[in-house]
Amino acid sequence: MACTLSMEAQAEGVETRGVVKNRSSFNPYDNNGGTCVAIAGEDYCVIAADTRLSTGFSILTRDASKIVQLSEKSVLGTSGFQADMKTLQKMLNAKNQVYRHQHNKEMSCPAMAQLLSNTLYYKRFFPYYTFNLLGGLDNEGKGCVYTYDAVGSYERVGYSVQGTGQQLVVPVLDNQLKSASPLLYPPQSTATPLTESEAVDIVKDTMASAGERDIYTGDAVEVVIINRQGIRRETFPLKKD
Amino acid sequence: MRTDLSCLDPPTLCRSRLPGLGAEEDVMGLLEKTVPGRLELPQVADLDAFEKSAVQMVKPSKGTTTLAFIYKDGVVVAVDSRASMGPYISSQTVKKVIEINPYLLGTMAGGAADCQFWQRNLGLRCRLHELGNKKRISVAGASKLLANILFSYRGMGLSMGTMIAGWDDTGPNVYYIDSDGARLKGQRFSVGSGSTYAYGVLDAGYKWDLKKEAACELGRRAIYHATFRDAASGGTVSVYHIGPDGWEKISGDDVNDLHYAYYPVQSTQQTPPEQSMTDVASTSSS
Repeated sequence: MACTLSMEAQAEGVETRGVVKNRSSFNPYDNNGGTCVAIAGEDYCVIAADTRLSTGFSILTRDASKIVQLSEKSVLGTSGFQADMKTLQKMLNAKNQVYRHQHNKEMSCPAMAQLLSNTLYYKRFFPYYTFNLLGGLDNEGKGCVYTYDAVGSYERVGYSVQGTGQQLVVPVLDNQLKSASPLLYPPQSTATPLTESEAVDIVKDTMASAGERDIYTGDAVEVVIINRQGIRRETFPLKKD
Repeated sequence: MRTDLSCLDPPTLCRSRLPGLGAEEDVMGLLEKTVPGRLELPQVADLDAFEKSAVQMVKPSKGTTTLAFIYKDGVVVAVDSRASMGPYISSQTVKKVIEINPYLLGTMAGGAADCQFWQRNLGLRCRLHELGNKKRISVAGASKLLANILFSYRGMGLSMGTMIAGWDDTGPNVYYIDSDGARLKGQRFSVGSGSTYAYGVLDAGYKWDLKKEAACELGRRAIYHATFRDAASGGTVSVYHIGPDGWEKISGDDVNDLHYAYYPVQSTQQTPPEQSMTDVASTSSS
């Protein structure tokens, strides 16, 4: 994981001409751990995240949600630094409200994806330490998942994983989901051919496996499913160790 | 009307403007707002050290192979699609050709977010140029706009190695631009960790008088060979062609499929492996 610096203010001794000056520094970032998964299907989208919030080797809470609904058709899952996550959510909600007032309609998922990318890039020199997954239904009702890095580069994919358990989960999805690459030409659909219940099963299994081998993943999985009927949330327990 | 020379002013830090939230303005005023007036910088004592530690989370990957060359009938742009963060392959499906507008393409190498954001911003400014001048912007002009922005952010940690390719009044053009502020016009370029491998194939097969099909195949082969030998390149080879009427995507092929298309396995003939284990001669000892 990239950031291993702790949150405590650190005092460094700097020696100049034989005199030691203590210079304290403050690290603004922390990694609160956790794993997020998202899978796009023909007419559904599944986003799941564990609910453990940690700092260093301590667990701060076992039921913190990493997933938030931004609009009727888009749901955001974030791993990384949860304070930046909360602020990012507030920014996006505010911009979404402005959009609804100006355009008299809901933001579509692709529009929200672009907005999130720009919001992240405007803080290019003091980034939001967040690794985001945006899921929802596109304008044709097909499932879409957008995956981001910390400064806003994004792409539409058929599935994605972010967080501390990423490298444990993503090989399983690569193997099981049989999603075509979006770059093939003539283009093929990137949505997985799996059904909604199969996708939810895979998500539960992979999160449980990630919880076995990643110390930051565990406690419970929150699964959000978006389809034509609407958005519903389910929670499944994981091991608490 | 007085020419607006504010772009020549020294960049002022900490002047943050949120573009897109302004009221209706004339085109020239809008042009000012399109450059996100100096992205905000954090108020820290030691900016360089902070950015150095902050860039860890972004880890721009120059592990890539992209190429572009001009020939008689246009421009061929070919790219791979792998993004790596250190030894981990973070994505095999990155779109490294950015469609700035229907007749300009840009490639991505280095920081993905930097490339995506600034090339989208470039598309915005090219459109405003069209509206204000009733004429499409030239490739030289578009590349200059981008190069000037990058020069103004020089030293701040942006990482981009990009090629702007298009067809304008002077014919096919390709410019190489990077985050150090360089802007080079040329006939053929390759950028990224696999560029040396791509150059080998590209330079060997290049002629000005290539036909469209052969030119696209040359680009495809060059990227394929780079993905074969460079660990940080792979995924899918995307080939675009730019003609007088704009760009079109020619192909997107998985490199694994290309490998067996170019070098099919012959069942009757066993190709000797490059390296093989040899039996240790057994010695009667001890």
